[in-house]
Amino acid sequence: MTDVFHPTTEAEAADLIRAHAEAGRALALFGGNSRSGFGNAVRAEAKLSAAGLSGIVAYNPAEMVITARAGTPVAEIEAALAANGQMMSFEPMDHRPLMGTDGEPTIGGVFAANVSGPRRFVAGAGRDSLLGVRFVNGRGEIVRNGGRVMKNVTGLDLVKLMAGSHGTLGFLTEVTFRVLPVPKATETIVISGLNDAEAAHAMAAAMALSVEVSGAAHLPESVKGRFAGGGLPDGEATVLRLEGLPSSVAVRAEKLGAAMAPFGAVGRLDMATSLSLWRKIRDVLPYADGTKRPIWRVSVAPSAGHQLVAALRLEAGIDAFYDWQGGLVWMRMEADPEAALVRHYIKALGGGHATLMRASEKTRAATPAFEPQPAPVAVLSARVKEKFDPQGIFNPGKMG
Amino acid sequence: MTDFIRFMDPQPAILSRRDAIVADLVDLLPKDCLIHAPRELVPFETDAFVSYRRVPLAVALPRTTEEVAAVMRYCHKYGVPVVPRGAGTSLSGGAIPQEDAVVLGLSKMSRILDIDFANRTATVQAGVTNLNISEAVSPEGFFYAPDPSSQLACTIGGNIGMNSGGAHCLKYGVTTNNLLGVRMVLVDGTVIELGGKHLDAGGYDLLGLVCGHEGQLGIVTEATVRLIAKPEGARPVLFGFETSEEAGSCVADVIGSGIIPVAIEFMDKPAIEICEAFAKAGYPLDVGALLIVEVEGSEAEMEAMLADIVEIARRHGVKTVRECQSATEAALIWKGRKSAFGATGRISDYICMDGTVPLSQLSYVLKKTSEIIDRFGLRVANVFHAGDGNMHPLILFNANDPDDAARAEQAGNEILKLCVDAGGCLTGEHGVGIEKRDLMTHQYGKVDLDQQMAVRAAFDPGWLLNPSKVFPLEGRPAA
Repeated sequence: MTDVFHPTTEAEAADLIRAHAEAGRALALFGGNSRSGFGNAVRAEAKLSAAGLSGIVAYNPAEMVITARAGTPVAEIEAALAANGQMMSFEPMDHRPLMGTDGEPTIGGVFAANVSGPRRFVAGAGRDSLLGVRFVNGRGEIVRNGGRVMKNVTGLDLVKLMAGSHGTLGFLTEVTFRVLPVPKATETIVISGLNDAEAAHAMAAAMALSVEVSGAAHLPESVKGRFAGGGLPDGEATVLRLEGLPSSVAVRAEKLGAAMAPFGAVGRLDMATSLSLWRKIRDVLPYADGTKRPIWRVSVAPSAGHQLVAALRLEAGIDAFYDWQGGLVWMRMEADPEAALVRHYIKALGGGHATLMRASEKTRAATPAFEPQPAPVAVLSARVKEKFDPQGIFNPGKMG
Repeated sequence: MTDFIRFMDPQPAILSRRDAIVADLVDLLPKDCLIHAPRELVPFETDAFVSYRRVPLAVALPRTTEEVAAVMRYCHKYGVPVVPRGAGTSLSGGAIPQEDAVVLGLSKMSRILDIDFANRTATVQAGVTNLNISEAVSPEGFFYAPDPSSQLACTIGGNIGMNSGGAHCLKYGVTTNNLLGVRMVLVDGTVIELGGKHLDAGGYDLLGLVCGHEGQLGIVTEATVRLIAKPEGARPVLFGFETSEEAGSCVADVIGSGIIPVAIEFMDKPAIEICEAFAKAGYPLDVGALLIVEVEGSEAEMEAMLADIVEIARRHGVKTVRECQSATEAALIWKGRKSAFGATGRISDYICMDGTVPLSQLSYVLKKTSEIIDRFGLRVANVFHAGDGNMHPLILFNANDPDDAARAEQAGNEILKLCVDAGGCLTGEHGVGIEKRDLMTHQYGKVDLDQQMAVRAAFDPGWLLNPSKVFPLEGRPAA
């Protein structure tokens, strides 16, 4: 039986990690287990959970900054923020529906995976809101980096490095991040009937306007049916979100609607419908189908997204929809992940990266989840890893 | 010139080989790309932190990434330290060389390589100035958001080195939030690319690590940055208060109310007087402190936000509210603010602090700052980015009086420690450089600094890149 450790203090976690480093025993790090399917299979003798390190440490709404222990449930953070009219501007996705997991997502997990949502392309990802971290490195030392102020260039920014390192550099114990006021109004402009390429043009045109679009997604016919009750008109839907003060959103919606009219039929979704739609887009609900069919999350230049899908369609059975102005492509493969093809076309279209989010155990074992890096960058990354975790005890294999 | 801050001792083995090194570098680079005559080296002996000067061994001004790589390969092979330099506008001494170092200046790499409006990106060489990017994309209705006061001169390479901010980053973030990719040369001459036109990293966020590296991890030669559509309109409004404390608590309340202006800038009485004398911006002279609050958006949106902000300011006893009536007036208001450092430099020598504090501590830190300044018998002008708590006390002193200079440095150090103790940090946007290097132990413990230095060593195990900076000279790992 694998040991599972649930330290309740940072010092206890540090002791455990030091002991494992000395014994050369690998640890699988996790929070609520809702995102444990990320990355490659981990080879570890024991598991270390952050769930016991829970609770909001400090939250001063007037400063728009919150500090919480890494194992704090995201739901608890969201509730505390909502009570003060604030939110995480990076809109972290809930991976449970897509991945078919059921744990309680933790705030440490959000940052360890650098999770974000539809607002990412204008408001940044988790890494952009994260101001400070405490973590235990692979030597069992407690390390602090960053702080709790928005502007801070004191020393090397290890905060960014920790975000998205999937528990391979350190065991996060505490995070401090920036929050923002919840917009008082949200509306969505819908343009109907555009194909993927036309939608990319329309979204780029919308982003060139001074109307502050905070969400730009394209839902082809094949996925649109999955937004049942979403209030969307017939045909493909290109959706553009506006947020802010009610009077301002109304004015901007008029302006954006008029500018989009030459592209296709324009409709508008009210606040309640918009909130529900963008939550479904955030959580990739079209592909939350209870299967293990492979799902790719691809980040490319916005204009390259639809070209990638068009190229792949000629050679593989795929279904796709787009967020981030077309630069975030969610792709569900019929059967085979077609990793070589996907990676080939990403490179050919100017670069980016694809992450295998979901697949059967067998497929995952045969397909590296993360984008392989050019040799010099891979060498550098390995050296960086060695500086945090010299014995290689954290999540071995996960990002390798 | 003062000498409290130590530089690394120049290595005699390198100094004695100076002529050979210069000859080799002349061979490596095209004509006019290497400066080595003693008289011509003088302009490179310091940056905007003028209290310290060191004449470098030579200055290389490559024109391409390949030439940068050639210089790095050579310096790496022979163990010659390298100090990268953009426009030399660092306020923390980040670009001050040392006697045994080659300065690697990026000023000849000043071409805009690609502007891609569909993807809202610009790819530029590192020597392109910050303002050049915005000017190049302005006709199409875009801009590049981070706007340090020195944006006319400072380069994007330097901005990446220091993770520069500016007045408008309250809404749009600092350099790291607007940087999509870099091409950089590692210490051994290897060229790598991080990021691109897409978002987020496929592996470790090395791009995030490189931003703000202060020239310690490599030489950035090209950058891809995010462009943003210009707002429909923008309007700065002046708010005059009787005291700094009132202005400080007004800032905290505006932010706490959920309104996020694009910028909230603060000036105390001495700063107002200095800037007004220089820029004739129309600042009220009968107030103790001034806030410049800028909102942007449609007319309706600006009206609504301003009404709320005025209401909050009234609660804090605002004396003067002045909305500008024209674009010219708005430009003048910003000219006054952005020329604060230059205008101060005309009347006195000064050093500029850069600590950041939590907003709730603004008033307290302002009060303590003036106590410290009084105790040292000096004068101070405060002008800073209040919305994000990034303070810039300008400590005025006479550089010709060594005693005065010494007291200014000591007062500055005490103010920075005050910022850290109030829950903030040593530097919000200027960088550690040499200026704040020896205060790092006040903000970070040994383990914290060791971890940072270990990461640094993953890039530059021999400590050749800008080696006198950021980390205290004592306690470094053996190279």
